[in-house]
Amino acid sequence: MPIEVNGKSFETDEEGYLANLSEWEPAIGEAMAAAEDQDLTDEHWDIINFLRDYYEEYQIAPAVRVLTKAVGKRLGKDKGNSKYLYELFPYGPGKQACKYAGLPKPTGCV
Amino acid sequence: MAIKKFMYTNRKAPYGTVYALESLEVVLIGAAFDQDVSLAFIGDGVYQLTKGQTTEAIGQKNFSPVYAALGDYDVNKIYIEKESLEERGLSLDDLQHLVWEDEDEDWAEKDSIRLVSRSELADVMTEQEIILSF
Repeated sequence: MPIEVNGKSFETDEEGYLANLSEWEPAIGEAMAAAEDQDLTDEHWDIINFLRDYYEEYQIAPAVRVLTKAVGKRLGKDKGNSKYLYELFPYGPGKQACKYAGLPKPTGCV
Repeated sequence: MAIKKFMYTNRKAPYGTVYALESLEVVLIGAAFDQDVSLAFIGDGVYQLTKGQTTEAIGQKNFSPVYAALGDYDVNKIYIEKESLEERGLSLDDLQHLVWEDEDEDWAEKDSIRLVSRSELADVMTEQEIILSF
């Protein structure tokens, strides 16, 4: 089902993930979050931007365990734990943050 | 769950068949189960790790950057068979330099690649409990 953002229409798959990741822009992430009643703070964007960088470099969305470890390294140990990430993204940091980042669902996410 | 020694053997060129990509996906999914995982690249499988792959002409995604993420998944025992490289006129310089970061040593970067002879690799395979061939 396509998502409407700023008067433009973007294709998504049946789970709401953006079909073509090159079309992504921050407003799409905002619109997807708004549809799920999720506010996006700077802390949320740190994670979303991290996921986009990771995908750009490795061509995969990292598994939650990998994300947790990498966030701990990059943003500090106090943030490198699943409690912090689940508080930000209650539907699961991998699934939810990857969706807002315009990425496919993480490999190994069942 | 008891930890078992898993080895994934990769013997085919990266494109043309789906083996290389399927192997990589199984390795990444399997990494969630905290097993003792190693990978072996044998025969044409060594081409999977070559640098500078471009796939536009065959209309497929270049998945070779994914190998560099293996270290993040705690997959850091990557065996390359020396004879297979030599038979194809390749050396380690032609392959990606795969590393992992040791969290217990302040993220020190360590080599994942182990160049082994055919007979050394046979010994490593003997130690495995489960071998999955691709």
